[in-house]
Amino acid sequence: MTTSMVGMRSKILWSVVGWLVVFVFFFPVLWMWLEGLKTEPQAASSPPTILFVPTLSEFQEVLSGDFPPFFINSAIASIASTLLVLVFGLPAAYALAIRPVKKSRDVLFFFISTRFLPFAASLVPLYLLARDLQLLDNILALILIYTTINLPLGVWLLRSFLLEIPPDLFEAARVDGAGFRHEILRIVVPLITPGLAATSLICLIFSWNEFFYAVNLTSSVAATAPLFLVSFISGRGLFYAKLAAAATLASLPVLLAGWIAQKQLIRGLTMGAVK
Amino acid sequence: MLTIYYSFFNWNLLKPGSFHFSGLDNYSALLTNESIRTAVLNTVVLTVAVIALSVVLGLAIASLLNSEVFGKGFMRTLMIAPFLIMPTAGALIWKDTLLNPIFGLLPYLLTPFGLGRVDWVNQYPMVTVVVVEVWRWTPFMMLIILAGLQSQNPEILEAARVDGASALQAFRRITLPLVRPFIELGALLGSLFVVQTFDSIYMLTFGGPGEDTTNLPFLLYIVAFQGFSIGQASAIGVVAVIITIIVATLALRTLFSIFQVEARR
Repeated sequence: MTTSMVGMRSKILWSVVGWLVVFVFFFPVLWMWLEGLKTEPQAASSPPTILFVPTLSEFQEVLSGDFPPFFINSAIASIASTLLVLVFGLPAAYALAIRPVKKSRDVLFFFISTRFLPFAASLVPLYLLARDLQLLDNILALILIYTTINLPLGVWLLRSFLLEIPPDLFEAARVDGAGFRHEILRIVVPLITPGLAATSLICLIFSWNEFFYAVNLTSSVAATAPLFLVSFISGRGLFYAKLAAAATLASLPVLLAGWIAQKQLIRGLTMGAVK
Repeated sequence: MLTIYYSFFNWNLLKPGSFHFSGLDNYSALLTNESIRTAVLNTVVLTVAVIALSVVLGLAIASLLNSEVFGKGFMRTLMIAPFLIMPTAGALIWKDTLLNPIFGLLPYLLTPFGLGRVDWVNQYPMVTVVVVEVWRWTPFMMLIILAGLQSQNPEILEAARVDGASALQAFRRITLPLVRPFIELGALLGSLFVVQTFDSIYMLTFGGPGEDTTNLPFLLYIVAFQGFSIGQASAIGVVAVIITIIVATLALRTLFSIFQVEARR
């Protein structure tokens, strides 16, 4: 009886501590939402307004203003590059996991080393290349770059999922006379649906939030959502509520996707090493 | 590869015909250049501070979430939000709505402590960048370390307790060795990303004041796109690669060893 009461007390104590810490970390996000629901005078008041009647007017303003094209560019760049990663990554992962080619360990190593190259190092040649190919400020350039950034990650991740398929399954299918196409469509694809989800999620996060290439290779036509936020640093005066509403909208897709697929997130971030 | 090639040339985009071979000039300029030394130093300071703080915080929070507390799942859901928020958006929110000396919430809350009108972004630029990055990377560390803690067999800890080990002893002797590879993995992967920090520096301080928060990626951006000096920018890129290769080699070794432990199971 006494031990369980001591246990209960410590559980309550640690819960309080935990929730305080979580609150501190989550607070900036909460504050972003709150600021977006204020009017401009409320958002730029000193001392800060804590109690107020929420309004969606700033969200409406952002959505009816010049924000949507940026948002659509982000969506095109990240969805198209994610699909390309899946299309190119799955065969490569298959070759490395199910039917290992010669020196596949070296290939793996080479793949991932390209992901670890600092973005800064490849910026100059990519910029010159894009300029010569007339791809500056073109969404195609971002799609191609995001595909190449995420492809090594995708291959590693998909490989880690393919390795979990019991080899007997392939044996059995082959004994039954199943063709290669059948093997891929009937065995591989259904079994690695979680793998495809994890890969898509990680590609989506990295390409949606990507800023370095976007700011250097696009200016107006192909500019993505983070670049819309840049316009708030300079020359727009005090538009804190609008800023917060735009930041909320720009962050929403990745936040929702990450929350829905929390399990896949860990695996994706560690390239399949941690389950 | 092209980066290495360009790094041997003197080439200014604004001067047509200025493309000519200059050998190691760009590199010798690097060694004597004050900016690049500052940038390397800033990169190292930023990376080490962010990784060290976020690993410690991440470990503490992961331990909390792994113990008996109310609403674990919901706590974890809220905790990962800072990592998912678009970095440019997060930095802007910190700068304009939390840290702004006049309208920000933090200076207001700190007024009773005599820290009322501190202009954090301009007076303590590096501290600001580190805080925002720690806020962003702690959830990442927490997720990885939590996965490690959850792979632990609770019966072993129970057995240790029966044998009279204190909670601290059990943590140091049993839990810590078990999650060590996870901590290493988180720290190494994290540092590969933090070395490349660009978004929050661009949004918070733009490398300033002066060059106080200019790290390598930001310096390269300035040299290439404000100074249009392609050869020198490429040479900076090569330096960044060398630093990264050192970290990445360690990261890959850890990755492979975790995969091998998994395979042996």
